[in-house]
Amino acid sequence: MSHFIDMFFRAVFLENLALAYFLGMCTFLAVSKKVKTTIGLGVAVIVVEAISVPLNNVIYNFVLRDGALAWANLGHLDFSYLGLLTQIAVIAAMIQILEMVLNRFFPALYNTLGIFLPLLTVNCAILGASLFMVQRDLSFMDSVAYGLGAGVGWALAIVMLAGLREKMKYSDIPAGLEGLGIAFITTGLISLAFMGIAGLSF
Amino acid sequence: MGSKDTFIKPLLKENPVTLHVLGICSALAITNSLTSSLIMSVSLTAVLVLTNVAISLIRKHLPSSVRLIVQITIIASAVAIIDQVLTAYLPDAAKTLSVYIALIVTNCIVLGRAEACAMKHGVGTSILDALGNGLGYSIILIIVAVIRELFGNGSLMGHRILELVHEGGWYEPNAMLLLPPSAFFIIGFLVWGIRCWKPEQNEKADFRPAPLPDSEKR
Repeated sequence: MSHFIDMFFRAVFLENLALAYFLGMCTFLAVSKKVKTTIGLGVAVIVVEAISVPLNNVIYNFVLRDGALAWANLGHLDFSYLGLLTQIAVIAAMIQILEMVLNRFFPALYNTLGIFLPLLTVNCAILGASLFMVQRDLSFMDSVAYGLGAGVGWALAIVMLAGLREKMKYSDIPAGLEGLGIAFITTGLISLAFMGIAGLSF
Repeated sequence: MGSKDTFIKPLLKENPVTLHVLGICSALAITNSLTSSLIMSVSLTAVLVLTNVAISLIRKHLPSSVRLIVQITIIASAVAIIDQVLTAYLPDAAKTLSVYIALIVTNCIVLGRAEACAMKHGVGTSILDALGNGLGYSIILIIVAVIRELFGNGSLMGHRILELVHEGGWYEPNAMLLLPPSAFFIIGFLVWGIRCWKPEQNEKADFRPAPLPDSEKR
């Protein structure tokens, strides 16, 4: 059990997708102006990561990897070169289905998350987590912990940045630095703080 | 817009990274060494040209309801090809770049150009546009990488330029430049620099502090 908790916290703090691996930066910088919006986006990312990483893990381990089709007597096939195409297709399809399910059964939730879901298809944080999962050869349970942690870490980072940017609106920033420039530098400072956490050992 | 403009504009005036905030992920992640930045730049430009040509060729047969899916599939195939080529011929570089080559799929520059240019223009314009944007991206990547590798490690593309103190030289390397946060700072300052030079790129502030009441007169 402690292994999974460790995995989760590593993904949230040490290997934070946004701050240590720079994934999902486009959305991260573009949508981080209001805390309220970012909370919606953050929840959407957590949900999508928590489903897509384990799902891709199952598909990779039972269909794509070298010899994975042994259960169908096709052990000599290696489809790992199709990994990238499959993962992006799985993510796109999953988001589409999730959207429909939410729309049908949880309309309130759909209204908050709805606008962000299609955006997440082309968010590198989502695809990146699946790619890291394959690269690190995680087991199924590990991938659940990792997916959840990766989502939470990303959400945490974007909400923090939005909180800071809301306050910064009222400060007098040099003209050229306003907006994008200062957002970059603030993210750099947050990232520096997260690197400090790496010094603590869990 | 003349064809020369299509090529020149994305280099500085409408740079995809510093103005449109596209493709930041890789611009930050792999810039701690110049070699990987160069490989990344070439790969991205190649993907951009391949997809822009393919999409521009079929743009008249593409129903708009399914265009995003088709575009992503084309991009993913182009990236898979580049990925396989790199793994075959430059295995070391492919290992250092790890997932970032695969992540070109979700690099917004590629999808953005497919949508904004290739869907509307012929093949010639699309190629120029792809090359221009690829170069615009590469310029930023190379500037950041030169700063980070030269001052963080004292070398460029693995060749020693500044003699390090612990090797008997004079330069004390700034190790922070090799860590992720420095990339944010460098791009932040780069954006500032470009916007000071070209003030029309400045963003409008939502809010300005009111000027102090007659503070000078008193």
